[in-house]
Amino acid sequence: MKIGVFICHCGSNIAGTVDVAKVAEEVGKLPDVAYSTDTMYACSEPGQEGIIQAIKDHNLDGVVVASCTPRMHEPTFRRTVERAGLNRYMFEMANIREHVSWIGKDKESNTQKAVDLASIAVAKLTQDRPLIAKKFGVNKRVMVIGGGVAGIQAALDCADGGLEVVLVEKTATIGGKMAKLDKTFPTVDCSSCILGPKMVDVAQHPNITLYANAEVDSVKGYVGNFEVAVKKKATYVDWTACTGCGLCTEKCPSKKATDYFNEKIATTTAISIAFPQAIPKKASIDPEYCIKITKDKCGVCEKLCPTKAIRYDMQDETVIEPVGAIIAATGYDLFDYTRYGEYGGGRYPDVITSLQYERILSASGPMAGHIKRPSDGKEPKNVVFVQCVGSRDKSVDRPYCSGFCCMYTAKQAIQTKDHLPDSQTYVFYMDIRAPGKMYDEFTRRAMEEYGARYIRGRVAMIYPKGDKYIVRGADTLAGTQVEVEADLVVLAVGAEAAKGASNLAEKLRISYDKYGFYMESHVKLRPVETNTAGVFLAGSCQGPKDIPSSVAQGSAAASKVLGLFSKDELESDPQVASVDIKRCVGCGKCIETCPFGAIEETDFRGEPKANVIETVCQGCGVCTSTCPQGAIQLQHFTDNQILAEVNALCQQPLVTSFE
Amino acid sequence: MSAAPGNELRIIGFLCNWCSYGGADTAGVGRMTQPTDLRIIRVPCSGRIDPLFVLKALVNGADGVLVSGCHPRDCHYAEGNFYARRRLEVLKRFLQVLGIDERRFEYTWVSASEGQRWQEVVQKFTERIHELGPAPKITPDQMAMAETMAAQPR
Repeated sequence: MKIGVFICHCGSNIAGTVDVAKVAEEVGKLPDVAYSTDTMYACSEPGQEGIIQAIKDHNLDGVVVASCTPRMHEPTFRRTVERAGLNRYMFEMANIREHVSWIGKDKESNTQKAVDLASIAVAKLTQDRPLIAKKFGVNKRVMVIGGGVAGIQAALDCADGGLEVVLVEKTATIGGKMAKLDKTFPTVDCSSCILGPKMVDVAQHPNITLYANAEVDSVKGYVGNFEVAVKKKATYVDWTACTGCGLCTEKCPSKKATDYFNEKIATTTAISIAFPQAIPKKASIDPEYCIKITKDKCGVCEKLCPTKAIRYDMQDETVIEPVGAIIAATGYDLFDYTRYGEYGGGRYPDVITSLQYERILSASGPMAGHIKRPSDGKEPKNVVFVQCVGSRDKSVDRPYCSGFCCMYTAKQAIQTKDHLPDSQTYVFYMDIRAPGKMYDEFTRRAMEEYGARYIRGRVAMIYPKGDKYIVRGADTLAGTQVEVEADLVVLAVGAEAAKGASNLAEKLRISYDKYGFYMESHVKLRPVETNTAGVFLAGSCQGPKDIPSSVAQGSAAASKVLGLFSKDELESDPQVASVDIKRCVGCGKCIETCPFGAIEETDFRGEPKANVIETVCQGCGVCTSTCPQGAIQLQHFTDNQILAEVNALCQQPLVTSFE
Repeated sequence: MSAAPGNELRIIGFLCNWCSYGGADTAGVGRMTQPTDLRIIRVPCSGRIDPLFVLKALVNGADGVLVSGCHPRDCHYAEGNFYARRRLEVLKRFLQVLGIDERRFEYTWVSASEGQRWQEVVQKFTERIHELGPAPKITPDQMAMAETMAAQPR
């Protein structure tokens, strides 16, 4: 075999701590290597041209590039060798940047390590065979999971682009966190006024099927051909009949049901519609509080309903939706501030979260937009805001910044003054992070025009005194301790991954970080893609994000789906398992272990044999290490290929002694 | 930190493409200095790792073998790492039977975001292998003895 080896300098990234010329020289001594050189930037245009020229000049039948991680440039170089007429799988990469030059200080050791890594790439290449991709059809429907502003934007953009969209929302209405907000920063624009039209568009768009009060049960399949089971949770109301008139909610005698939409600062009726602009505007019953369901009494709503939509015996129902791509837009949840015992741990009724305060501020909220203390209904005079509760705090394992709390706190301070001109607001902060368009100006306004007193320091404790609360903290700029008497304390609780996010990630087979946020394919350059083809991300499920960023990501994810669906057929990855029918004994072990059901039993002249369904196979290779005969081999990662790498490293001459 | 040249031991790593290989990349991008003994072989999934690969490496002169995959429940292929865990756990116990110090083999889980964790894993495992020293090798005398014994008629 004639192999060409190219050792990349990557400027000084590699050449700084690796003697690349020496590596090229050493690797050039290997038996199958016909050409070996170092190159300044292998990925640059002249670099790639150099590879193509060498393939032609030296009649090479395989190429090794030793440069950065294959997770970065493997596709680039595969296209390069393909341009020179080679099969794209007659190419191997050695990672001598991330795994060598950037982590080792000693040039001599690094150089030896680079030689070894390039040598195992050569050894692997000698075992490589050309592989040809197959084509398969694409189902041009997309599922969006999560009906917050990011999911809504993604669904609308996909639908406007002509795709059929299935939008799945966990709660009874779309709108997400944004629907709960009273106003938005930095314009103090009414949140439901700007979100409302989009929600209505979702309801009315002919291309969008909305499943509210539904969750993803299981995901099967692969890019272009997923099958998602969606569990429609029982609402006990037939939504095809319900007109959303609200008569049932007015007369329901069970009025102590948990009001999740109002962040539990109020209670609601057992049969309810979350809020006036809810989409879909349909009633649903909380079975925990419904007297008919729990005690078989009452039945008022059934008697009153003009369209006879009540179904007390409704069961959960599962529907299967075939789609070609999935956008996860599952958003975030709030940090549980009761973990801070020093802030009352949830015992003080007038120490509330920022989202509860939004519901208090909202005209459609339980207090109809009048700021009142939850404990006694009095108007507060001194309102204290505490920032970074459950963000930038290692002690509660939330070292990251939630990003948008500084801004909404400033907005809430402004709104407080607007609602209660005699009030005084205090904001305890660590740093003010306002890096958006008009953001810093906005926080300045809160201080300068609305008289919010910003105190730089953390709050040590909050304790009740009479019917007020004492907020004790540090003023690090003045170097003193401060105590503020507060009527109401608003905690700017940080964002964390949505409950159940990791569960869904496992179904979608995407990765998440240690805090449960979904991982994008590349931090800088592939922000809405995941490492699972056909699954995209939008909004806060990937990390805390404000509204404009969530909307932008929703649109970005939609454009990725539209791009994917612009082709009628996709190329399958030929790195799939393949059965050597002569070796297969038909034991069926591979069929049992395959996580994707990609192997079936076939009959070959009366003998059972394994057969791989190539489009379903994802290329994990679990079958290959299971097969007792070595009959099923994952292409491009066969036993022989991996063992060739092991041998390249371990076949050393026997030493003469133990020393 | 890194073993001085010439004092390096032979450590082979089998890393899954999606998590641990990415984690090692993340460590590299973050310039997290590590000992230079480790040589990494990339596989699609820890479930692809045949225990024989590990044995082959250890028998043929590796001083240590490190396997790393995605955290359980976070596998790119849904359940590949569960298969890996079972196989490698059995392998660990089996090594003693073969007369190989089981401390020369370790498996662990590192995600693509855990660059720092990867650095610690490499650091600790390399230190451990250096404490154990080079793996015992068969001497020419022993080899000759084995050959004579094999040649003897039964």
